Amino acid sequence: MKVSISVNGTAYEREVEPRVLLAYFLREDLGLTGTHVGCDTSSCGCCVVVMDGTTAVKSCTMFAVMADGHEIMTIEGMKQNGKLHPMQQAFSDQHGLQCGYCTPGMMATAIAFLKTNPNPSEAEIRDALSGNMCRCTGYNNIVKAVQQAAAELSAPAPEPVAAS
Amino acid sequence: MFPAAFEYLCPTSTDEALAALAEHGSDARILAGGQSLIPAMRFRLARPSVLVDINRIESLAYVNETGDELRLGAGTRDHALEFLPSMQSGHYPMLADVCAVVADPVVRQMGTVVGSLCHNDPAGDWPVAALAGNASIVVRGKDGERVVPIGDFLVDSYTTAVADGEMAVEVRFPKPGARTAGAYLKIERKVGDFATAAAAARVTLAEDGTVSSASVALGAAGPCGFRVAEAERALTGAKPSSASIAAAADAARNAADPRADTRGTVAFKKQMAGVLVERALRKAFARLGLEDIR
Repeated sequence: MKVSISVNGTAYEREVEPRVLLAYFLREDLGLTGTHVGCDTSSCGCCVVVMDGTTAVKSCTMFAVMADGHEIMTIEGMKQNGKLHPMQQAFSDQHGLQCGYCTPGMMATAIAFLKTNPNPSEAEIRDALSGNMCRCTGYNNIVKAVQQAAAELSAPAPEPVAAS
Repeated sequence: MFPAAFEYLCPTSTDEALAALAEHGSDARILAGGQSLIPAMRFRLARPSVLVDINRIESLAYVNETGDELRLGAGTRDHALEFLPSMQSGHYPMLADVCAVVADPVVRQMGTVVGSLCHNDPAGDWPVAALAGNASIVVRGKDGERVVPIGDFLVDSYTTAVADGEMAVEVRFPKPGARTAGAYLKIERKVGDFATAAAAARVTLAEDGTVSSASVALGAAGPCGFRVAEAERALTGAKPSSASIAAAADAARNAADPRADTRGTVAFKKQMAGVLVERALRKAFARLGLEDIR
């Protein structure tokens, strides 16, 4: 079946078998291997990507054909104007990763979450990330990173400097 | 593992979906959020040869609050219900309990309430709450629709009253009236695991403070969720007391017929069914202002 899926701002038209999972479409058809596959059974959250800006989805548990016509953002698309996304910068600043395997899914979940809850409490952040497993860093620094990103993303934009 | 190959159909209207179901009969399955069906297909526990994807039928994704019912379309995701203003403000405390514990927050962004009911997993959350909440399901076929009480809808593990060529299009939860409250609780090893044990309770008090009606339901305690009539009888007609709550919990423990697995032994799961019924009842009564029942 022919699908047209926008991934990180680029429209891709591909012929896919209906049984191909979105995670494998991203990794193998598009070569975007930043989306990781962990448990492959929707338990671990490594494969989470952002759909249509605000929805976090486990891409191992969605057929690529279901994403036809939708916009997907993966870790490869988070960078903005050559700069790390505030969520990526926060994970770096707060040591929110060690081996990095869970990190793309953590960030995708957190970015979608902050779109619907820009000023979350610590408890709300922990709840929002409860479907994402981390086996090395532990969760404290990940939560701190999301707090830092939330503060930065919800801060008012700086006043434009008047041309002199 | 990838699912076995299947034919994928993507209707944009319910009539189109029903036509596809009529054509393909028992070979076809509805694909809604896919959060149970896709893993089942990957494990080859399910092997439909045709999938009818209803995600593009916009008219099925709705929440309607009518006079006395909360109605959800087959496309309505758990997440949409969880963040419904009237859910957040406490109008449906038992359903809010469920919304907070179904799978995990990411799975809830795709998963649907009606899909969970149709999947009818022995450890599913929504069937238990739907039983305690006296829900009904609207099942539509090409010749019209019928409204099926939840007790008749849930037939056996992974089996419902939906016949070939039909689809469940809506679930209806009666709004809790005055002096009615419920609660849903489960034990799970980790977020997103299948429940080790689950229970829902809903009680209504008469003006004199006696229990005028009670419903008690268990999950992960048999082939599919079920109501425990003896527990309900133990509560009805009397003022709530430690003795009546204990009698209901005993009845639930006796009625539970769980299977031993890595989550626990039969004896442990039966014990937990009783514990959860007691806790759910106390939580429901507390929501009616009755704390510390002795």
